[in-house]
Amino acid sequence: MSESTTDFRGRPIVAVTGLGVVSSLGEGVEANWSSLTAGRSGIHRINRFPIDNLRTTIAGTVDFIEVEPSISVSRSHAMARSAGTEAIRMAGLDASDFGGRLFLAAPPVELEWADRFALDAADGDAPADAGYDRLIELARQHPSPATYDNTRFGRISELLADELGVRGLPVTLSTACASGATAIQLGVEAIRRGECERALAIGTDGSVTAEALIRFSLLSALSTHNDMPEKASKPFSGDRDGFVMAEGAGALVLESLESAKARGATILGVIHGCGEKADDFHRTRSKPDGSPIIATIRAGLADAGLEPSDIDYINAHGTSTPENDRMEATSLEAVFGEALRSTPISSNKSMIGHTLTAAGAIEAVFSILTMRDGLMPPTINYDNPDPAIPLDTVPNAARRGEVRAVLSNSFGFGGQNVCLVLGREPRP
Amino acid sequence: MTDTARDVLITGIGLVSSLGEGIAAHLDLLERGSAPQPVIESERFAPYFVHPLPPIDWSTQIPKKGDQRQMETWQKLGTYAAGLALTDAGIPTDESVRSGVDMIVAAGGGERDTAVDALVMERARQSGGSGAVMNETLANELRPTLFLAQLSNLLAGNISIVHKVTGSSRTFMGEEGAGISAVSVAAARIAAGQSDICLVGAAFAAERKDLILNYEMGGLLLRSDWRSVFARRAPADGLAIGSVGVFLVLESAEHAAARSAPAYAKLTRVAGDRGPRRGEALAARLDDLIKGAPADDGLLVLSGASGIEAPTAVERQVLANTLPQAPVRAYGSLLGHSFEAQFPAGIALAAATLARGTRLPAFDSGEESPALQPARAALVTTVGHLQAEGVCLLEPVGPAGETR
Repeated sequence: MSESTTDFRGRPIVAVTGLGVVSSLGEGVEANWSSLTAGRSGIHRINRFPIDNLRTTIAGTVDFIEVEPSISVSRSHAMARSAGTEAIRMAGLDASDFGGRLFLAAPPVELEWADRFALDAADGDAPADAGYDRLIELARQHPSPATYDNTRFGRISELLADELGVRGLPVTLSTACASGATAIQLGVEAIRRGECERALAIGTDGSVTAEALIRFSLLSALSTHNDMPEKASKPFSGDRDGFVMAEGAGALVLESLESAKARGATILGVIHGCGEKADDFHRTRSKPDGSPIIATIRAGLADAGLEPSDIDYINAHGTSTPENDRMEATSLEAVFGEALRSTPISSNKSMIGHTLTAAGAIEAVFSILTMRDGLMPPTINYDNPDPAIPLDTVPNAARRGEVRAVLSNSFGFGGQNVCLVLGREPRP
Repeated sequence: MTDTARDVLITGIGLVSSLGEGIAAHLDLLERGSAPQPVIESERFAPYFVHPLPPIDWSTQIPKKGDQRQMETWQKLGTYAAGLALTDAGIPTDESVRSGVDMIVAAGGGERDTAVDALVMERARQSGGSGAVMNETLANELRPTLFLAQLSNLLAGNISIVHKVTGSSRTFMGEEGAGISAVSVAAARIAAGQSDICLVGAAFAAERKDLILNYEMGGLLLRSDWRSVFARRAPADGLAIGSVGVFLVLESAEHAAARSAPAYAKLTRVAGDRGPRRGEALAARLDDLIKGAPADDGLLVLSGASGIEAPTAVERQVLANTLPQAPVRAYGSLLGHSFEAQFPAGIALAAATLARGTRLPAFDSGEESPALQPARAALVTTVGHLQAEGVCLLEPVGPAGETR
């Protein structure tokens, strides 16, 4: 391996050669990027299912991709396929014969309510009382392998593996809201180990349902600013009151720089480093001193061989919950010090909402585009800054500027934290 | 793993199954000369067969009642087995040590509240399937903490909270393939120097009607007559699911030596694949996966076969062709099928068998041939019930390991 394709530790440099994205703003990189940099919101009132008796009635659902049946698994699969196909084609590869590994961040799945209701209404010899004893009896009389397939956590990756022509056993993973970043990290590690020349990292989430909204509402995690949906997600604002659930998918073709150069691929950016650290404090809250988040940021920078001063822009986790945005800002300050005030930081979630499992991958795509175009997407709805966390949030309008390195943060429920350090060009 | 890779050792095992608690208790049962009787619950879930959990005092590994209340059985089982593995590996509870331990968990989803689900269905009948009524019922009846008990990645989250393992935390999903990938990625990271020590494993709680419903929808369950895994013939084949919590501590040889930790066994190959299940395609993949296994009577094969006849028949044929002298044991006959936990559970049994030099009895003497000598190497296979195949090849580590 020539010197110019390895990093400061002698590891293969991991290039990004393809990108794909779906969000409530649209399908495809260009549609999303133009809307995002124009400061448009994709958040709207939900019309896919009844919203009566829900505390939150808004979301960033993706309703423009028709799926049959209209369930979370089909939607997550369709968006992942769309983003994955776009990324592979952008990389100049065959979208039916990718030839590398697949790391897929996908939401947990369950039997859907429509299936339970349909089975409960089926004919058959079964106990009359509603419940699982009845459903099991009826399932024996009306088996449905296709319905069972939709309850398997590995299903989406199997479908994608066949459609996109990936090699080996795909990995399906969840680290909650850090999942998309974990998928990228796994791809980077596999390439650094020399296991493969390229990997497809996808994060997808099409799981906005009534029950999902209720579950998050019961944890007081969601914004209830239902009257003006496009204004509800307001990261780092003083009146932020929770995140807005959303759907989408992001995909990156990761490739050893050596392989990318050898086949003359366009280098869109590089992954300089990844850092992670788990939190042992609480199931939904961060350790009050921020030490796991601080350790994650430091680990990402160390893996990249960079200092905070090398970071030109931060793509925030920025969920718009009171807790996250405060913890993120104070933890960043612990690492960046005074320099944080002059480092632009913005949250894509102000426009596309929180795409949960997909967020880390989508935000990595946008981070690469930020560097490519020298254009930082804004934090919209930043009308009422939180005085406790003074930040340069790139408020309300995109900003031009040279960006050579981006820190992208992802912090999950369950204490799983991942930071990616992305670069505009290889740094041997 | 390449030639320059570091050795990957198993230095800790935590295993809970219907047979009991702890890897030593499992091996004790297997050393008695004839195979133990499987423990099978055939009434509560009739006509299905479930290998249930033994009585467990959760407090011994999850001391805080507050932590226990945040989990249902699935998460408690995994957290408990993880604690057993860390204790077995002699990892001090000191936070500064545990914070350097990486973790990969293979997970499904947690328990639903079956009473609330029944209520929702009841009211849906009365309201003609009104979404408004469903929303109201769920909003009023669901316990907030249950969501966290259901989330796949919260098994790992609970292990971090209870056992202070925080080096990293990754959750892989997808039935048997998740268990295969978890061990394979953990071992590859250690071999390549990306990690020194990693807690890896899974839990599967079988006594769940919400899951039994799914499997019955797939037409996958064994019913009416229980037979050993290798004796199941279509159409009377299928899964007898079993509760299993299993975690392994994988460690680089250097890291284990530095803390004078004895090992059970060395992992020399972990690999997985997937693809079409047509007989010849599956056979070709399995052939490729098991290449490198020593073809002599010193090899023991621990097969994670599911009980579904078609793929099991292909696997047995490949083993008979390629490794004709090796005794094969289908450990699902004893533990039941445990999806995400299936592969790591086989590795746990294989590692301990090698370390003790146990000559494993046939689990079904009508289907399995006797082992003529203690194994000198072990091959663990897992052919997923519908998708994913994996193998793990293990070797003994010598005197230090044998003392375990």
